[in-house]
Amino acid sequence: MKRIYAQEKYCIGCRLCEIYCAAVHSEYPDDLVKAFKKAAMVPTPRVKVEEERPLSFALQCRHCEEPHCLKACITGAMYRDEETGAILNDKERCVGCWTCILVCPYGAIFKDEITGKVVTKCDFCLHMGQPACVEHCPNGALQLKEEGGDE
Amino acid sequence: MSLSMITPEFLIERNLERCIKCQVCVRQCANEAHRYDAETDTLSCDDLACVGCHRCVTLCPTKALTIRKFPLEFRTNANWTPDAIKAIYKQAETGGILLTGMGNDKPYPIYWDHLLLNASQVTNPSIDPLREPMEVKTFLGRKPEALEIKDGKLKTKLPPQLELDVPVMFSAMSFGSISLNAVKSLAAAAREAGTFFNTGEGGLHQDLYEYGENAIVQVASGRFGVHYEYLNAGAAIEIKIGQGAKPGIGGHLPGEKVGKEVSETRMIPEGSDALSPAPHHDIYSIEDLRQLIYSLKEATRYEKPVAVKIAAVHNVAAIASGIARAGADIITIDGFRGGTGATPLCTRDNVGIPIELALAAVDSRLRSESIRHQVSLVIAGSVRNSADVMKAIALGADAVYIGSAALLALGCHMCQKCYTGKCNWGIATQDPNLVKRLNPEIGARRAANLLRAWKHEIKEMLGGMGINALESLRGNRLMLRGVGLTEKELEILGVKAAGE
Ligand code: SF4
Ligand code: SF4
Ligand code: SF4
Repeated sequence: MKRIYAQEKYCIGCRLCEIYCAAVHSEYPDDLVKAFKKAAMVPTPRVKVEEERPLSFALQCRHCEEPHCLKACITGAMYRDEETGAILNDKERCVGCWTCILVCPYGAIFKDEITGKVVTKCDFCLHMGQPACVEHCPNGALQLKEEGGDE
Repeated sequence: MSLSMITPEFLIERNLERCIKCQVCVRQCANEAHRYDAETDTLSCDDLACVGCHRCVTLCPTKALTIRKFPLEFRTNANWTPDAIKAIYKQAETGGILLTGMGNDKPYPIYWDHLLLNASQVTNPSIDPLREPMEVKTFLGRKPEALEIKDGKLKTKLPPQLELDVPVMFSAMSFGSISLNAVKSLAAAAREAGTFFNTGEGGLHQDLYEYGENAIVQVASGRFGVHYEYLNAGAAIEIKIGQGAKPGIGGHLPGEKVGKEVSETRMIPEGSDALSPAPHHDIYSIEDLRQLIYSLKEATRYEKPVAVKIAAVHNVAAIASGIARAGADIITIDGFRGGTGATPLCTRDNVGIPIELALAAVDSRLRSESIRHQVSLVIAGSVRNSADVMKAIALGADAVYIGSAALLALGCHMCQKCYTGKCNWGIATQDPNLVKRLNPEIGARRAANLLRAWKHEIKEMLGGMGINALESLRGNRLMLRGVGLTEKELEILGVKAAGE
């Protein structure tokens, strides 16, 4: 299965991944200007650039083999998509107990700032061919590779 | 502190209807020209800090930025141009030499643009490179006086040669003046394209030994990073006497750029200025040069061609003749438009001669002395496209070096601020925050693409002339005609006027 790998030596800390992630999950997925200026609220990016200059890298859900969040979820809102292996969150079932946020060892689950009531996380937005962060990284620092490929 | 009279060169415009306040520009400008104020949630800019590198413009996701020439007009004066006036303000303020990067940007004649190539019509057929084989392979090095062939086999032992799949190499740019990622990009592209990159006078970083077969290792007056393994790691050795951007001056690398890796590669203490002496202090004559050429040949068991690089100066033809007689296998001539990482502005813009004239003069001189075959001629100093390559070859060059064009392929935007060490494109910098902006995998692909594109174009133009081997164009000045040139210029170039 394909996974997103970060090459920290080429991450330039521009945060375009965060910006595009927020936009493609907004009401206007194809229009950055509208997504940020017209949408009632801009969604929380599901990828986060961690920085301690010059080191920086973009981190999003690792879609773990043995996901702590999935095991800890009290309502069964967290589930695995059989086809892509991605760990997804069903907003209808999520009650915002933040247990998953606490147990995720990567800090890859966030409180959804729009509703404030559910969590939001990387949904491996493969429907565009490539996840938005991978697609828009200007320096090839995020790559979609078969699992187990070298990082 | 008194009033500064320095005014901005560029004006930064932000289209607020498009700006989404993502702050990519703030994070990307190493000159800190963009600022974000969290208190008021607004972006502002400092035009004075902008160098016009377009990093922010290129990365702004909504294309909200425009950089324009700062609209500040002096009273029109053909003599006291804004540049001349501003240079005085700067020097009155600093008392220092004005520095700059890249090559001469003054409007001197560009002879490439006064030369036109020929094509076949009716009386001789043109060739379609997509349908017929076309040879652009080039060998650099001394050629024997005659070839002896016995039983269909070559009997003469050929002196060492460099084999190029495309007659374009990457010119000398040292690790130090440019980043390791930039050198890695060029080294990998050279390997991919079957050509060579030149280490410049910065030695060969450990990571680059694997590209040794595609490296020309330089020996300059500072002898930085020169040792036995280094000399033997490359495919050829180049003695650097001078460079087009600063003839008569040695390379200067400020201590700030001499970090751990540069210091190890150059074999000098960390943080110390790497100042190459203006001359080689063991070379004050052609005879001295011969000694160094032969010491280097001796050190490499006569297995590698030795090149000598000089800047194109007034007496270039006589000097080149001396270099050929001193035993060099390749002569590199760098014209006055050649780029650099740092040079005094006065030297860059006023010293040297155009490469086109220098090349024609040298080729003619070596031919008239019947020693042209003893050396290959490589030229540098602003080859901008494949047509320039063709014209150079027709004028007599065996191959060309590209430096500025190669850096442009990697992302350089010609802001000429290489000497500041703040290259926003990760090229002319050693700042780890900036160096990582150039991913060598991407860089290598782009530089190799450029060579691939030029190679196709060279074949197209050759085919148009009805020529199927680059060798037949070499020194074939009948394939050139001059436009808008004086009799004297045509005479030096050795080409006829268009219509003749
Ligand atoms: S990068 Fe463009 S959109 Fe983002 S803050 Fe700067 S000008 Fe605005
Ligand atoms: S220096 Fe470059 S990145 Fe900075 S504002 Fe000017 S053009 Fe943009
Ligand atoms: S190498 Fe960098 S600093 Fe030098 S001209 Fe190019 S973009 Fe500017």
